[in-house]
Amino acid sequence: MVGLRFDLRDTPPEAPALRAELRAFLAEAGRHWSPRIRAYSWMAFDRDFSREVGKRGWIGMTWPATYGGGERSFLERYVTLEEMLAVGAPVGAHWIGDRQSGPLILRLGTEEQRREFIPRIVSGELAFAIGLSEPDSGSDLASLRTRAEKVPGGYRLNGRKVWTTNAHRCDFAITLLRTSPAPDPKLKHQGLTQLLVDLRASGIEIRPILDLAGEEGFNEITFDNVFVPDSLLIGVEGKGWEQATSELAFERSGPERYLSSLPLLTAAMDSLAEEPAAPEAVGRMLARASTLRQMSLSVAGMLQDGEAPAREAALVKDVGNDFEQALPDRIRALYAGPMPDDVAEMQTTMNMVARSYSLRGGTREILRGIIARQLGLR
Amino acid sequence: MSEMRDILLEQVERLLADQSGPETLRAVEAGVWPAALWTEVEALGLPLAMAPEEAGGVALGWDDAVAVWVALGRAGAPVPLAESMAASALMPALGFVALAQPDGTALWGHAATRVLAGDGALHQAAFTPGKAQPSNEPWDRAALPAGEATVLAGALVNAAKMAGGLEAVLTLSVDYANVRKQFGKPIGQFQAVSQQLSQAAGEVAAAGVAVANAGRAVARRGLSGAEFEIAAAKVITGEATAQVAAVAHQVHAAIGFTQDYHLHFTTRRLWAWRDAFGNERFWAQRIGRAALARGGAKAWPDLAAREDA
Repeated sequence: MVGLRFDLRDTPPEAPALRAELRAFLAEAGRHWSPRIRAYSWMAFDRDFSREVGKRGWIGMTWPATYGGGERSFLERYVTLEEMLAVGAPVGAHWIGDRQSGPLILRLGTEEQRREFIPRIVSGELAFAIGLSEPDSGSDLASLRTRAEKVPGGYRLNGRKVWTTNAHRCDFAITLLRTSPAPDPKLKHQGLTQLLVDLRASGIEIRPILDLAGEEGFNEITFDNVFVPDSLLIGVEGKGWEQATSELAFERSGPERYLSSLPLLTAAMDSLAEEPAAPEAVGRMLARASTLRQMSLSVAGMLQDGEAPAREAALVKDVGNDFEQALPDRIRALYAGPMPDDVAEMQTTMNMVARSYSLRGGTREILRGIIARQLGLR
Repeated sequence: MSEMRDILLEQVERLLADQSGPETLRAVEAGVWPAALWTEVEALGLPLAMAPEEAGGVALGWDDAVAVWVALGRAGAPVPLAESMAASALMPALGFVALAQPDGTALWGHAATRVLAGDGALHQAAFTPGKAQPSNEPWDRAALPAGEATVLAGALVNAAKMAGGLEAVLTLSVDYANVRKQFGKPIGQFQAVSQQLSQAAGEVAAAGVAVANAGRAVARRGLSGAEFEIAAAKVITGEATAQVAAVAHQVHAAIGFTQDYHLHFTTRRLWAWRDAFGNERFWAQRIGRAALARGGAKAWPDLAAREDA
């Protein structure tokens, strides 16, 4: 049989109590979130909110207590994430640290790095960005050219990163750099290294780039002789490709890959009672959301079991992106007249933001390439 | 995932491997009852598997039954075993028990010992032969009491068969793309082809998950407590059918458009099964209306609570 297995998982026994706690908190915290903020959700940066989340133990939930983590299950973490996303909470300031940077540092970092960074990610104090794409390296990531040259005591960085989400508001970026030339153009995945870069280091210039909806969501980072000490090397020099791509399994596995648009569906429902096409359309969307949720839970369960479900995550992200990207237009199509103001604000913002869903974290084409290889094509 | 399920699944898969193929499916379409295969199915006690032990069954759960029905669908479901199992889960009876839609039509009605009708009771009925479109499977008609007693079970049966049929169509298409060469290489190596198959694989995976989720929900809460999940499964398998069949035929090109090659047996069945016991619109409207009546603020909590302890 071709294709991947997705065994069903149960939500954890703690779910009902955890949801009640989260909903009470989110209802209070969310009183002033605009529809536009909710449309951005995991891309919206709100450090104060993240500190409050951290205070309640909802960042680093699965991490060891030694570093301040909650030692709870991946499925409890999953419940937390879905509750946050379902209401469009502005989780951007801790999202990357919780999802990727923290797990990477715990897995490959030194003891010193863990002690230095993990407790401050858990408290919501430190915000992380991911430095991958460059002006000439997007889907063909391994062709990146930003250099980290070995110098006494560390590395000297020169080059540029781009599309780095919220870099101008973040503290650190886990950055993929070339430390030695590829031995052969076909072996360009070799000689890459991950460094933890302090975004306030001297020689760094960060230029926000306005996105199409008018937000300064992502940036261009220029490195001009930036010094990074040896102590901020992550894992092994030259193994950056393997390290960064395993990180992508985390990036692609979360519920944000299908839930980003859900707040629009729920916000619209109360004004759709008279629209004749609404019951069928809402039913179809709920059927998809429910199914994608089970797929996403299945992936969370594989993470819980210590598996590395990279291909499953790619598939769920691809199916989920199709759904959440199409949703704003499907909602719009249900109204014969103008949408209510709140719905309109969220719909128009989300329709623009949704373009990025099938780009960030691996384009649709890259994901389908991963699935094709899994199917035994190529 | 019970041991019982694994045993039954293995038996069914072995039987189907031996006795299902284009010849069997062609005979089904000509209205020839697959008597030999049914005899073996009965000898194994499969039709009564879901019935309680005192009624001669092994009390196989709905979640496990769904896995068996997916396997049947993979082989084009040459015998109405899924229907008979579901009927016997509701009203245990010996022999082949057909499952009628509210309009009195039933797959293989004329070959049935009894039929479970919309009123939830078993009947002996005289069926007029008919054919499902476009699968040509025998969909026979009888004057039976109307009612919705079979609708949820029938929808789940057909969604499960579709999940299996979708897997089969994807497998065929991937295999074909790997052997068919044009411009000096397998067509599966062209991105324009492989990306379509990847998208289809996503739909096939979604269909499988939706169906398993519905089976689990019935096992936990009974048919009426699992209406949302059954509806979702029928919607998702129906939507997947549209996409996956389109990709399969595009990848197979002209040969898939012929009766010389066996793709059509499965795609035509998928197109028939998606109409059986409520199409996508029917089920989407049903859960959509319920959700709209509950209101937007309840939509997420309702969804999230479905499997919480």
